[in-house]
Amino acid sequence: MPVRVKVPTILRAHTDGEGQVDGEGATVREVLDDLEGRYPGIRARLVTDDGALHRFVNVYVNDEDVRYLGSLETEVSDGDVVSILPAVAGG
Amino acid sequence: MRADDILGAVGNTPLVGIQRLSPTPSVRLWAKLEGQNPTGSLKDRIAVSMIEDAERSGELTPDRTILEPTSGNTGIALALVARRKGYRMLAVLPDNASEERLRLLELYGAEIVPSPGEKGTNGAIEVARRLAQDPRYFMPFQYGNPANPRAHYDGTGAEIVRDLPEVTHFVAGLGTGGTLTGAGRRLKEHRPDIAVVAAEPELGELVYGLRSLDEGFIPPILDESVLDRKFLVSSEDALRATRELAEREGIFAGISSGAVLHAARRVVADVDRADVVCLLADGGWKYLSTEAWAGDLERAAKKVGETLWW
Repeated sequence: MPVRVKVPTILRAHTDGEGQVDGEGATVREVLDDLEGRYPGIRARLVTDDGALHRFVNVYVNDEDVRYLGSLETEVSDGDVVSILPAVAGG
Repeated sequence: MRADDILGAVGNTPLVGIQRLSPTPSVRLWAKLEGQNPTGSLKDRIAVSMIEDAERSGELTPDRTILEPTSGNTGIALALVARRKGYRMLAVLPDNASEERLRLLELYGAEIVPSPGEKGTNGAIEVARRLAQDPRYFMPFQYGNPANPRAHYDGTGAEIVRDLPEVTHFVAGLGTGGTLTGAGRRLKEHRPDIAVVAAEPELGELVYGLRSLDEGFIPPILDESVLDRKFLVSSEDALRATRELAEREGIFAGISSGAVLHAARRVVADVDRADVVCLLADGGWKYLSTEAWAGDLERAAKKVGETLWW
């Protein structure tokens, strides 16, 4: 199932400069695996060696942070938007 | 309410119904008006808490200058406390912060050190950390100071329990994590099944642009285990809700307040009954120059996205 993935500026070196790419998969992890097939190296920027989401990366399915859903196992469906953003502080 | 001085007027903010913005009558929405604090934001709470904590511990002495990285509100609040107590104050502020913030800092006598705007608050933190190596400076460091969440545990959270014991949801902006961690903990002690919800701004691409994924920053005081859900809110959605607060409830609040309202309504969309506290972190005064309430929403959103509003 195709989902739209928004790629932050910092990772666009992996996606030939594209800010949005399509991905396939039933979970966030599957979508990232799918991206890795076409854009080698991108997964390692987002997922640690232990298979967890990198601490300084926030991933959202539509508008909700997956850390408070099912993390990388969060399900995605057709037409969802997966956004990847670096963690920032405010205050 | 009577107080010995202005610092005694911090906290105990009103909790007011905003039922015209609720999707259904059995979902009751409440706004906690932090803009009613002396400098117009919730940061007055942590400024008093952090400074008085450091005075008690002996870490802050009259010869030291207070130094803090801030996107604005904390600096302004610290500047008031510094002025009232007779300390010098230096605020490290991204150079794209709104004009009103600079004027307010100056008004309270703070000196300003600009940091690169495109690096956002993270950039201000870097600059402040370098300066703070000089022992003449005392850096409260809101991101790592336990007196920050404690102010919200003792104050904000306790006030909500007092004013609305039936509270089911608490929604606040995620900046340092102090509000969500402190008030969230207090509320969960009161009612373990309460939902603590974070609203996070979607910043302009430029703000994220130069950030390396390896040098990200998670505030040490943020206790992620207190959070139940977290939403990313676009500038446009935040602005739309900020305007609704003014148009339908007569509440003149800052843009992060709109983000909080947007997230609150998102959470209760599929809930039958709820009592939702929306923490409105500041008043609207500091954002007038952003055209937040004037003219075309899309254009205003773009302008807001380029300015730091969190």
